[in-house]
Amino acid sequence: MTITESTDLQTTNASSFTTLDALESEAIHIFREVAGEFERPVILFSGGKDSTLLLHLALKAFWPAPLPFTLLHVDTGHNLPEIIKFRDEIVERHGLRLKVASVEEYLADGRLTERPDGIRNPLQTIPLLDGISEGRFDAVFGGARRDEERARAKERIFSLRNAFGQWDPKRQRPELWNLYNGRHAPGEHVRVFPLSNWTELDVWRYIAREQVLLAPLYYAHEREVYERDGMWMTAGPWGGPREGETVETRMVRYRTVGDGSTTGAVLSDATDNEAVLAEVAASRLTERGATRGDDRVSEAAMEDRKREGYF
Amino acid sequence: MSDHNLAQRDNADLLRIATAGSVDDGKSTLVGRLLYDTKSVLADQIDAVTKASVDRGMDTPDLSLLVDGLRAEREQGITIDVAYRYFATPKRSFVLADTPGHVQYTRNTVSGASTAQLVILLVDARNGVVAQTRRHAAVMALLGVPRLVLAVNKIDLVENPAEVFAAVSAEFKEITGALGYVPDQVQEIPVSALLGDNVAIRSENTPYYDGPTLIEHLETVPNELDRGNVGLRFPVQYVIRPRTAEYPDYRGYAGLVSAGSVSVGDEVVIQPSGKRTTVAKIDTADGELETAHAGRSVTLLLADDIDISRGDLIASAADAPEPAQEFTTTVCWLAEKPLRPGARLLLKHGTKTTQAIIGSLDATFDEQNLALVDAPESLELNQIGRVSLLTAEPIAADDYSVDRDSGSFLLIEPQTGNTLGAGLIGDALESLKLSAPALL
Repeated sequence: MTITESTDLQTTNASSFTTLDALESEAIHIFREVAGEFERPVILFSGGKDSTLLLHLALKAFWPAPLPFTLLHVDTGHNLPEIIKFRDEIVERHGLRLKVASVEEYLADGRLTERPDGIRNPLQTIPLLDGISEGRFDAVFGGARRDEERARAKERIFSLRNAFGQWDPKRQRPELWNLYNGRHAPGEHVRVFPLSNWTELDVWRYIAREQVLLAPLYYAHEREVYERDGMWMTAGPWGGPREGETVETRMVRYRTVGDGSTTGAVLSDATDNEAVLAEVAASRLTERGATRGDDRVSEAAMEDRKREGYF
Repeated sequence: MSDHNLAQRDNADLLRIATAGSVDDGKSTLVGRLLYDTKSVLADQIDAVTKASVDRGMDTPDLSLLVDGLRAEREQGITIDVAYRYFATPKRSFVLADTPGHVQYTRNTVSGASTAQLVILLVDARNGVVAQTRRHAAVMALLGVPRLVLAVNKIDLVENPAEVFAAVSAEFKEITGALGYVPDQVQEIPVSALLGDNVAIRSENTPYYDGPTLIEHLETVPNELDRGNVGLRFPVQYVIRPRTAEYPDYRGYAGLVSAGSVSVGDEVVIQPSGKRTTVAKIDTADGELETAHAGRSVTLLLADDIDISRGDLIASAADAPEPAQEFTTTVCWLAEKPLRPGARLLLKHGTKTTQAIIGSLDATFDEQNLALVDAPESLELNQIGRVSLLTAEPIAADDYSVDRDSGSFLLIEPQTGNTLGAGLIGDALESLKLSAPALL
């Protein structure tokens, strides 16, 4: 077979293989390992940038076949409406299956009780674990990266969880070479993190390169916000503004999206991928330090939540 | 991360490194220093560490707190589990596996080093080369880590630093030489992780040293993918069959090129069946490729309709490994429960998992004396030994010394699914033993 006549074939060589190419290939490899080894995998999908990227990579891994996984969203009921809209549009566009575990339902029927501070992130754990066991999911993809936090830096790519969804950092399986061990007993499941080796900057650089469509919240826009603890919060049913907090119109964007009560926006003029990339590269704050109130609680906040079964 | 990294990192290459060393030689401080000096730590993380250091009654930020993240680690002031860190310079980006030094966590050192292209071994200048240094260097040699750096840390705390550094370097050269390393592959650097001497900034306190700083060395050391010594190795992960209106007859074999490269038109052999065909197309979601090199995930379409499934190996026809069921292997035992002859385990090689029976334990490796001890009764936690085994299905594997990916496997406990051992195809211990007498 001769290929010299062909013009539409891309020529690559080893030296043009970039860090982003290596990270992409590794993530695709991880998705395919899970598809090959597990019965019922599921992708945790919140509509945020990391899970949108996760989905983008998953679609690439199985192209031209349809995605062999379901999506699961734990909806705190305090998500910004733009995110829910974006989530539903993505599901529709790619013809995916989405299962929603609703914290609001758990509060309504008394299985969960609202916390005094009104923060719902910690309440996600039980609906998440119920969602996993009801769906009989044996592998659960998450978009967590090791650069996010010290406890996450210790996380394996394939991370075994017991029937309670708990992570035991002292009893992790060693992970060697390119060999991922996905075996588990009934009732246990494996959390899988294909973006483990990516940094926030890699994520943005890849989003810019691939023109991944994100929720519009990630780009600077005028928004009615109020200031709390140095973060710019959107007014909403999650409690705000309180007395002494004034709503004003500001040019902002979100670096992470999550529960409306703990996630804030940053002041920004970055309206497209290139501008966001420049802003992220120059930032002296991590995305979580800048905009996530829940990680400020204690030195081990993330580790403690992971031990409980949260991501 | 600063502005200069913005445009650079995408085109920079990626070097996978690991650290090793014994307890309290300052590994976490060195890693914290690497992150700090490459501006890979942001203000809020430094604030958190400064605050925690003040709470502990220290007057300067304890950089080790940047990396020791678990409660138990901070309580005990030690690193328990391997952690992965990321940093970048304008020339290169790095994935660093930060591994614990405690003897009982040697298995984590093995994990960290299994994918490393370079390992930084730390010693405390006041103690010099210790048992753990020899043990770790031997493990690195066995695992085929291509390059080593000896960071002689706390060099500011010894009285005659020039003499100490020269003596420690000479001793390390002798050990690594006996283990089969050539001088080019080993670099010794006097550093103070606490003060930052020779980490990112050349120190004025070390006039006797004219070599590179640690960062300079990491940036310029050749980045061999160590995947190019053999022809194509492509373990089939998954068969892509869309069965959609648009792609009714598509049948692609998805996988990662683990070694060599593949081009359209290449003749390949499918193992273990031994059937031959040619590569008709190399597909990705971004379009077809003419050639795919090691490290890239692709989908291969073949000229002939052959029955191929997950666990099969597509290899270059010229040098494909022959399928076999009996193997001589080198096993690093990672579990509390000892390995005994007759054990029935699962063996995972590439994308294939099959049953295995342990035949005999022929020898264990005495890491301290770099010698083999004959025929042990069992292989205990952290021991490395020569093990013969039998697999239920044929496996097409290369010798580990030829290719790390195709020559490696896991031993898994069938009931719990736990990873019990890390295996290397072939007799890696034999080659160490041959060179070891130079030391004894």
